[in-house]
Amino acid sequence: MADLTGVLICDELLDGRISTLTKELLTIGRALADELNQHVHLLIAGQAAEGQGEEAIVLGADRVYLANEKPFTKSVPEQYLDYVLEVDMRVNASIILFSHADMGRDLAPRLAAKAGASICLDCVGLSLDPKTHDLLQTKPVYGGNALAVWASPADKPRIVTMRPRSSAPAEPDPTREGKIIPIKIDADDFTYKTELLEFIEEEIKGVKLDEAKVIVAGGGGIGGREGFLMLEEFAQILGGGVGITRVPRDEGWMPSSQEIGQTGHVVSPDLYIAVGISGAPQHMAGCSGAKNIVAVNKDPQAHIFQEADLGVVGDYREVIPILIAQCRTRLKA
Amino acid sequence: MNIIVCVKEIPDPEIPPSKFRLDEQAKHVIPPEGIPPVMSPYDEQAVELALRLKDDQGGKITLLTVGPNSVSRMVKHGLAMGADEGFILSDQAFEGSDSFALAYILSKAIQKVGDFDLVLCGREAADWGEGVVGLVLAEILSLPLVTLAESIEASGDKLHVKRVTLSGYQVFAVPSPAVVTVSNEVGRPRLPSGWGIISASQKSIPVWSAEDIEVDVSRLGAGAARKKLIKLSVPERKRTCEIIQGETASEAAAKLVEKMTKAGMI
Repeated sequence: MADLTGVLICDELLDGRISTLTKELLTIGRALADELNQHVHLLIAGQAAEGQGEEAIVLGADRVYLANEKPFTKSVPEQYLDYVLEVDMRVNASIILFSHADMGRDLAPRLAAKAGASICLDCVGLSLDPKTHDLLQTKPVYGGNALAVWASPADKPRIVTMRPRSSAPAEPDPTREGKIIPIKIDADDFTYKTELLEFIEEEIKGVKLDEAKVIVAGGGGIGGREGFLMLEEFAQILGGGVGITRVPRDEGWMPSSQEIGQTGHVVSPDLYIAVGISGAPQHMAGCSGAKNIVAVNKDPQAHIFQEADLGVVGDYREVIPILIAQCRTRLKA
Repeated sequence: MNIIVCVKEIPDPEIPPSKFRLDEQAKHVIPPEGIPPVMSPYDEQAVELALRLKDDQGGKITLLTVGPNSVSRMVKHGLAMGADEGFILSDQAFEGSDSFALAYILSKAIQKVGDFDLVLCGREAADWGEGVVGLVLAEILSLPLVTLAESIEASGDKLHVKRVTLSGYQVFAVPSPAVVTVSNEVGRPRLPSGWGIISASQKSIPVWSAEDIEVDVSRLGAGAARKKLIKLSVPERKRTCEIIQGETASEAAAKLVEKMTKAGMI
């Protein structure tokens, strides 16, 4: 087998722009490649906009492979996998990075099975052993109660998905240079056994969670749909979005697209207001990157008070209306 | 429809974080005292989804699990929920196996079970959170795969699988047999009925060894693992919480707004 070399980044597809998730991977991939004195390769399989390849180079890629295909959510995963295999046949990458999002968590294990690679999903940190060049992968396990470090030797490709918000997005450096390489595979709608029948994006009321500076989140303690109307009002005043834990989703009070945590969105707002949330690690996995966490819970023993910066012990039905009234006057002033 | 569900027993993931203990030296988690292990919740949801398909279509549900003989209690739970039969895959050669080896073991057991239309796995196990076995299984068996399913409908000779995404969902059509990993959006699994418990207690759960399923043991165990655990620790808490005091909830709330304003949070 030819020597494995370089870091291959597989873009979590967003049409026409390089997603924040991909920029985060570029930060991580660039650091690893520099340490190994190797290249960063980026596969953009979505519909690339004019200048997107150049933008990727400025952000840290040495080689950009443009497929100009439909985005992942609008095609079958097998097709995207074929693009990754096509690029990797040329690159023979030592490390392959995905985001732990819709596409990455689906494709990375399939690729590992095909490539005989090691795999570690949902990592929060990567480094290299200075002597052996083993890839050291830090990953929360046991629902976030523990942190594991896994070592994968350099004799096999290492495939990793990174938890969103695990690193800062790459900053542009206009002096950087690189190559753009168009790629093609032989496939049409009849190549794959899997067929995509429908693709639905749910509309989220208010601010998108991934972009929100402020998030007001509610858990099982909210007790029903009505309570969330209060949180929605509060979020609106603060110009933020509304998030939920697993319980409101399981109970059908709120749609699953608003879930924050290990099985939902991972967010890093400036302010996270956790209301009626016990603070289970599975939920904290999605919000522990927030700059400030404020907790409102009527149980003084709730674990959330170990995880927050500021807390009020009290019934949210009493506390939130006052917060709403006070914030309204202050923000007006 | 004949469905095989792969399940795993794990320490109860719902215990409060204060009860969570691990041995950093030995790099393993110490099971919480007095709290019995459970079927991994995502696997339980996979069993639930299988039962819904069986309610609708009829057929047989087979549970497969890799683990020591003591996991029979967990398999009985699945039988009591309504699964028809269960097998435990147990052999010293299986110990220390990584996700690839586990998928290989399961693939051989699935071939031994034979006649099936669908294989279901939980999206990931709630202990190590690998999220790999079900996907590798599909690759080994060369079967179509859909991940993170919320529901499955039979439509002619195809399965329509609704896959949950972060912002909505997709619906895929795949020919059967197929492998599907099941997401938590399935919702609460059913509780075993009294009749289910009685009928499960009367069923025996055969144990299959490496020889029974004809696996190549050189592909198994810690020696064949593609990555190695080098550290296991409890994450540090980065914050210390200041509890805002007040005679009443409203007084505390007013003070909170003041604090937040001063700190520049709002």
